Amino acid sequence: MGVTVLAPSSVDDPSAFRQVALVDLLDRVLATGVVVTGDITLAIADIDLIRISLRALVASVGALAPPEPALGPAFPPVPAETP
Amino acid sequence: MSTTTEPTGTGVWLHAVVAEGPADRTGITGVAGTPVRTVTGPGLAAVVADAPLTEYGEEALRRNLEDLGWLERAARAHHAVVDALSRTGAVVPARLATVYRDDDRVAAMLAERHDELVGTLTRLTGRQEWGVKGYVVPGGTPRVTEPTGVGGAGAAYLRRRRAQLTAREEGQRIAADAAAAVHTALAGYAVSARRHAPQDRRLSGAPTTMVLNGAYLVERAGLDGFSALAGELADRHPELRLELTGPWPPYSFVAEPTAEPAWA
Repeated sequence: MGVTVLAPSSVDDPSAFRQVALVDLLDRVLATGVVVTGDITLAIADIDLIRISLRALVASVGALAPPEPALGPAFPPVPAETP
Repeated sequence: MSTTTEPTGTGVWLHAVVAEGPADRTGITGVAGTPVRTVTGPGLAAVVADAPLTEYGEEALRRNLEDLGWLERAARAHHAVVDALSRTGAVVPARLATVYRDDDRVAAMLAERHDELVGTLTRLTGRQEWGVKGYVVPGGTPRVTEPTGVGGAGAAYLRRRRAQLTAREEGQRIAADAAAAVHTALAGYAVSARRHAPQDRRLSGAPTTMVLNGAYLVERAGLDGFSALAGELADRHPELRLELTGPWPPYSFVAEPTAEPAWA
């Protein structure tokens, strides 16, 4: 398999611009970049921020797609057969 | 929408910290649609934007962060600023929703965290973050072999079912091992590396399961080598489909590497 190269943004070649995938962005702006805690958002702890945001994501997509089976690397479930 | 506890007025949203110096930031719009401003400290500049507390106060944020449309707009607006800043030099991005009462509090933070921020900016100078995601390739792992044996239809079913489960476990193990091997190789090339939790397919929309969600801090000059290595690894591991994203501002490398997360 090859490697797909995506350019989240490119000033050099605007035609190469592709919008950053929201999930990739949220991996970065929510789970990382914890430099400092703002004094207004002091009570929104890291975990809180991630949890409430993910709840919004899951609630939005939950109705659209079947749940992914099991945790972690999951392969298509073995079809339920009857002998 | 305001309650008695909801503060009114304007807060200060922190986008990022950069080194102090002359810079043209005209045309960069902050999270709430107004131009970004700068709060300076010794050798440092915090790039901030005014944020009305009716929308960006603590109570409002709790509510708004649960709204996917709001979250997406805020994340993209925040990223647009950080991304623009990263094109002109090293940047320490703030996590989403870092809001201060006023400029004085931002200046106090710059003073308090001065040495750490300067150290981080130095560490990130000339480097970019790249993402490598690995997805399972259907059929890239061993096929279920049809076991043979004696017995009726029931026994045959049980054998087949057991073989399917074994193949599935084997497939998961192979994909996980490949992801670990790819990550180790990329981490060996990169200045720094970390693994994010794999994305749920319901969120990513990917057709198959993600087994690697890596982030790599790479020297700008070393990008060609990194991308060539990713290509080699893709050839070496046909059981995975690799996807390279970037360059990203160094979101994943703001904090000094700490204990390995559960995914590593």
